[in-house]
Amino acid sequence: MNPNLTLVVQGLAFFAVVWLVMKFGWPHIIAAIEERQNRIAEGLSQADKARKELADADARVAEEIKKARAEATSIVDKAQQQAAQIVDKARQDAIVEATKQKAIAAADIEAQAHKAREELRGKVAALAVAGAEKILRREIDANAHKTLLDQLVTEI
Amino acid sequence: MATAEESAAAVDMTGYIQHHLHHWQVSVGDSAFMTLNIDTLIFTVFCCAAFLGLFVFFARRATAGVPGKLQSVVEAVVLFVDGLVKETFHGKSKAIAPMSLTLFGLIFFMNFLDLIPVDFLPWAWGGAHSLAGHDPAHAYLRIVPTADLNTPLGMALAVFFMVQYVGLREKGVGKFFGEFFTAPFHAHGALGKVLLSPANLLLRLIEEAVRPVSLSLRLFGNMYAGELIFILIAVMTLGASLAHGSTWALGVGQFIADFGWTAFHILIITLQAFIFMVLSIVYLSMAAESH
Repeated sequence: MNPNLTLVVQGLAFFAVVWLVMKFGWPHIIAAIEERQNRIAEGLSQADKARKELADADARVAEEIKKARAEATSIVDKAQQQAAQIVDKARQDAIVEATKQKAIAAADIEAQAHKAREELRGKVAALAVAGAEKILRREIDANAHKTLLDQLVTEI
Repeated sequence: MATAEESAAAVDMTGYIQHHLHHWQVSVGDSAFMTLNIDTLIFTVFCCAAFLGLFVFFARRATAGVPGKLQSVVEAVVLFVDGLVKETFHGKSKAIAPMSLTLFGLIFFMNFLDLIPVDFLPWAWGGAHSLAGHDPAHAYLRIVPTADLNTPLGMALAVFFMVQYVGLREKGVGKFFGEFFTAPFHAHGALGKVLLSPANLLLRLIEEAVRPVSLSLRLFGNMYAGELIFILIAVMTLGASLAHGSTWALGVGQFIADFGWTAFHILIITLQAFIFMVLSIVYLSMAAESH
């Protein structure tokens, strides 16, 4: 029970253990803990960043989709307009063409009719002349009375 | 006849207890002080090896990655001690936290030996003695280093020297010794300072002397008493014969008492290690702070 030399040895042993712990134990453990804390902090901040980036990307995607949809709608609208225009123009063209053709045909018909009339008139005149010739064969000299006969043809 | 038997049993009991409280000692000098308690030293070496082995092993393998279960425990203790020291001690010294951890760990390991059944190792040691042809009555073995006053006192003196060292380092020689005369009582005039200096010096010396004593006696007292109670519980069936019915009843009582005291003692050994560490940190902090 009385203190003896053992206490000196115990005190020195204690200092030796403290020195060993200070030299070979403590710094390693503290370093490992601190490094892990840094890693965790880094990981958390990176996760935060990634989350923010994801939200940004989502917003951007939504905007892009909206834009694309609007563009598609406008393209469809334009196409419909253009189609209507084309159809309209085709109709107009057709009407114009038809009118033109009709006019050409009418002119043709007129010309034919005129021609036919002229022909008929010529034939009637010839017939008349032939008739008159037959009647007046002797008295009328075709050449002498040509002027008269032509006048007659025009009058008919 | 009956009284003689009783007194023989009483002597036996006293002898048993005294035998248990006797150290395995070797004299290395002429005076009574020059004696070494071999059992204390052996089990101190054992505790130091266990503590250092565990701690340095995990320190060497400590990774910043995912820690294992035991590494987590070691780290939790380290962080706890580190937090305690950072909270209290504001000096420069880097040795305080490792020192506190060593105090706690080493004292805990030493106290823990108290939980080994009190007769087990002395009985084995006595058996070894008789095998070697010696008298087992002279085979003394006390396995709890902290129940030997030398260990708590040695540690408390180590803390005492550390306190003086930290005080000198943090304040410088002039301020450190100046405070012996100027604190805790402050005076404004020169005369007052001179008048108060003896009182200050006296108080300071008492304070410094009392600290290691109270620190060591608190731990020693708890562990010694704990060990003694284990011995007294063991006495319940000392030399009893299984032929008697009372032996069985006492055996059950001994089991319950032993179990209860062991469970309670787990609390005490941890608490005493913790108190020793915290008080040491407090003393070191006070040494680092100016008055």
